[in-house]
Amino acid sequence: MNRRLVGGLAAPALAAAVAIAVSSIALLIAGESPVTTFREMWKTIDSTQSVTFIVNNAVPYYVAGVAVAIGFKMNLFNIGAAGQYQLGALLAAAAGAAVTLPAPVHVAFVMAVAVVVGAAYAAIAGILKVWRGVNEVISTIMLNYIAIGIAAFLLAEPLRNDSSGNLAQTRSLPASARLPDLNGVFETLGFDFPSGVVLQGFLPFAIALGIGYHLLLNRSRFGFNLRVSGANPAAARTSGVNPKRMVLTTIILSGAIAGLIGMAPLLTEEFSYGDQFPKSLGFTGLALALLGRNHPVGIAGAALVWATIERATQRLSTLGIPQEIGVILQGSFLLAAVIAYEVVRRRTEAAEARAAAERTPDVPMTEVAAAGAETGGRAP
Amino acid sequence: MGPLAIELHDIVKRFPGVVANDGVDLTVRRGTIHAIVGENGAGKSTLMKTLYGAHRPDEGTIVVDGTERTFRSPSDAIHAGIGMVFQHFMLADNFTVWENIVLGDEPGSPLRLDVHGARRRIAALGEQYGLDLDPDELVAELGVGEKQRVEILKVLFRHAKILILDEPTAVLVPHEVDELFGSLRELTADGATVIFISHKLDEVLAHADAITVIRAGHTVGEIDDPRSVSAHQLAEMMVGSELPSPETREKTVRDDVLLEVRDLTIEAGAVSPMAAGALPAAITQGEVMGDAAPVVTVAGGHRPLDGVSFSVRAGEIVGIAGVEGNGQAELIEAIMGLRDATGTVLVDDKDLRGVSTLERRLCGLGYIPEDRQRDGMVLTMPLWENVLLGHQGGPPFVRSGMINRSSAKDRCGRIVEEFDVRTPGIDVNAFTLSGGNQQKLIVGREMTADPRVLVAAHPTRGVDVGAQAVIWDILRDARAGGLATVLVSADLEELIGLSDRLLVMLRGRVVAELDPSNLTPSELGSYMTGAQQDPAGAAP
Repeated sequence: MNRRLVGGLAAPALAAAVAIAVSSIALLIAGESPVTTFREMWKTIDSTQSVTFIVNNAVPYYVAGVAVAIGFKMNLFNIGAAGQYQLGALLAAAAGAAVTLPAPVHVAFVMAVAVVVGAAYAAIAGILKVWRGVNEVISTIMLNYIAIGIAAFLLAEPLRNDSSGNLAQTRSLPASARLPDLNGVFETLGFDFPSGVVLQGFLPFAIALGIGYHLLLNRSRFGFNLRVSGANPAAARTSGVNPKRMVLTTIILSGAIAGLIGMAPLLTEEFSYGDQFPKSLGFTGLALALLGRNHPVGIAGAALVWATIERATQRLSTLGIPQEIGVILQGSFLLAAVIAYEVVRRRTEAAEARAAAERTPDVPMTEVAAAGAETGGRAP
Repeated sequence: MGPLAIELHDIVKRFPGVVANDGVDLTVRRGTIHAIVGENGAGKSTLMKTLYGAHRPDEGTIVVDGTERTFRSPSDAIHAGIGMVFQHFMLADNFTVWENIVLGDEPGSPLRLDVHGARRRIAALGEQYGLDLDPDELVAELGVGEKQRVEILKVLFRHAKILILDEPTAVLVPHEVDELFGSLRELTADGATVIFISHKLDEVLAHADAITVIRAGHTVGEIDDPRSVSAHQLAEMMVGSELPSPETREKTVRDDVLLEVRDLTIEAGAVSPMAAGALPAAITQGEVMGDAAPVVTVAGGHRPLDGVSFSVRAGEIVGIAGVEGNGQAELIEAIMGLRDATGTVLVDDKDLRGVSTLERRLCGLGYIPEDRQRDGMVLTMPLWENVLLGHQGGPPFVRSGMINRSSAKDRCGRIVEEFDVRTPGIDVNAFTLSGGNQQKLIVGREMTADPRVLVAAHPTRGVDVGAQAVIWDILRDARAGGLATVLVSADLEELIGLSDRLLVMLRGRVVAELDPSNLTPSELGSYMTGAQQDPAGAAP
């Protein structure tokens, strides 16, 4: 267990070092001092205001990461989280504004609409894959464009708020459909928030989602079937898992969670869906699932790192340093992390096989060699 | 005696934690067919990879045609005239025969492919060595034997004078085996040298000019005259001790029929519905999903499974014999509900029509799949999670959809202890176990679920002699305890020794029912190839 933990932390540390090195080179080429830049970036995040900002931004990232990760666990690539959450948020915003309900029910209703829409939209890709063998990468990418088109159409006329002037957006959600902030809760615990700083209310839902994801994956039969299908599809089929049903269920589940991506901005900040609504959360989710290795805690860490880099680069332009350094940092970090994970995985697996062989009583060496050869040479 | 084509001296190849080759010597004369035999894991494939340049040995020398060589890559080996024909073909299905042969070594200039020259050479090579092929046929439409010929031509096209074949006959039917060795004879008559790896000792004795036996990474025997040894002696050299006997003792057959199969049929061209379409890309590429079956369907055109009926009583082991690809795998998949088939399967008088595979386990069916690493376990999961595999359909491991981890861990601990699985613990990943111990874990998993009927496919394939003896004991004890067992195996001694009754399958049908008590492996072999017919006519 210890070895796995060390391996799990060694890779991101290595990747961070590589990312900082790459960014430093980029800064030097641009004629900036890496030392100054990174010092300024560090200063930017050193306040309650910044930490709150980072957490607020990390929440939808986290939901996006989990939505994608559940597909990754069985080698399904849901590139369509972007379209699923945008349609989900749009229809949820419109439906939420159209009904009158008591507060908790109203919030639950909005979320339910988003989940159902996300799931239904993802189901299209799932059915195409199961029925006709259409690769989900292609279909979800194309469905993203269709979603954008549908959203634009709905906003242009049917769901447009006529009193919003030139802005194309839905009507605002009433107060009963908005999530309260968490400042009060944290103040009773002794935290102080400067005025104007708000810890948004979707955080507990994101945490619950993470716990639910963990339980589903590691404690339920569905999660077991899902992991087996991802790790060894032939063994899954032999054991009696129906691959078609598994594919369809997983894509729909991924879409359902994707429907929730837009809930943090919708219920705590924007209160309506329109041109100003964040649109790139789905793709961020892909990066974070990779970075966090589909692990509920890992994705959380990745989401926080992502939001931190974004916060830290905000002030750079006022100092005349190009903000693009943040994107370079994110990109090189992701790339380095994926490579480092693979390197560390191979090493730990070889070490594990060796350690097991040493601690195993009475195994002729040749037997271990056979096992090594049969795993496709993974051990060497 | 011709000059030496290959001399390997003291080859040592280490992988992390293991020594796969520990001082292997190999001497092969030019113009001969040389067989290398040994158990799984003895180091044969590692040695051949060394010779083929796939990796470099840690110690030792390679001498080819009297010159010492160092191979940095397979292309170095090809330049030295050494070519390898792999067990798993590496052909592009949507290319024609000649395109596949020239692929990677295209004749002509970089801008112009010399199509006519290539076809002429291929035709000439084919004619010379009896490797009959239509150069314009799509590889996807070829049978297994023809694909192998393409692979051989591919190597010859690259001017190889030394051919290495890794278990070339594993996938072939008997007449294809004869054709193959006919072609190889033509090659050696022309001065080429052939090295082949095989498990089939009868074949080795019939076709090889010399034999090298490898055991536990060492050369333990070099036989220049195969007529001087028997298959039994060869096997004992391979395992290094007296062979354990699969012989069962007194009959334990009872009256109650626990498994009844009636008229089980799979139509020709039917592909397992689960295999088609709907899977993540990696699965659908053919490698994973029962690839043997569709190939046979294409090649033969007959039904993969054709009206098979039999019953198994409590305390009885019914052996299914047959050359690989004659319907045994389909029969098992149909019994387990992994393939659609018409006909009836009754377990303990319960009709399993419409019952899912997971529920079949709960009805008392146990299953030891043919390929443990592909179908039987998940190598990157811990042992205790592998104990769940196939048994996640219900109690004791799963209740209301949630996994009971402690019961799975307890069961895993019990299996490790009772079935002598050598492992440092139940939390290690399955890939850290040797093949024999992986198999003991799978056998233990099925037996501790207390099945009424066990379907065992090649239960001792590729395991060491010790594990083999343990598994035989387990099967015998379960038989005495009233288990009904269907045993499919390619090991004829195992089949004859363990079974109470033997059914022989050929082209999807049961063609003979035999009493194993006075049957020799060679007699059984002649039934399997159809050379000998059931005296009493085809079994019901």
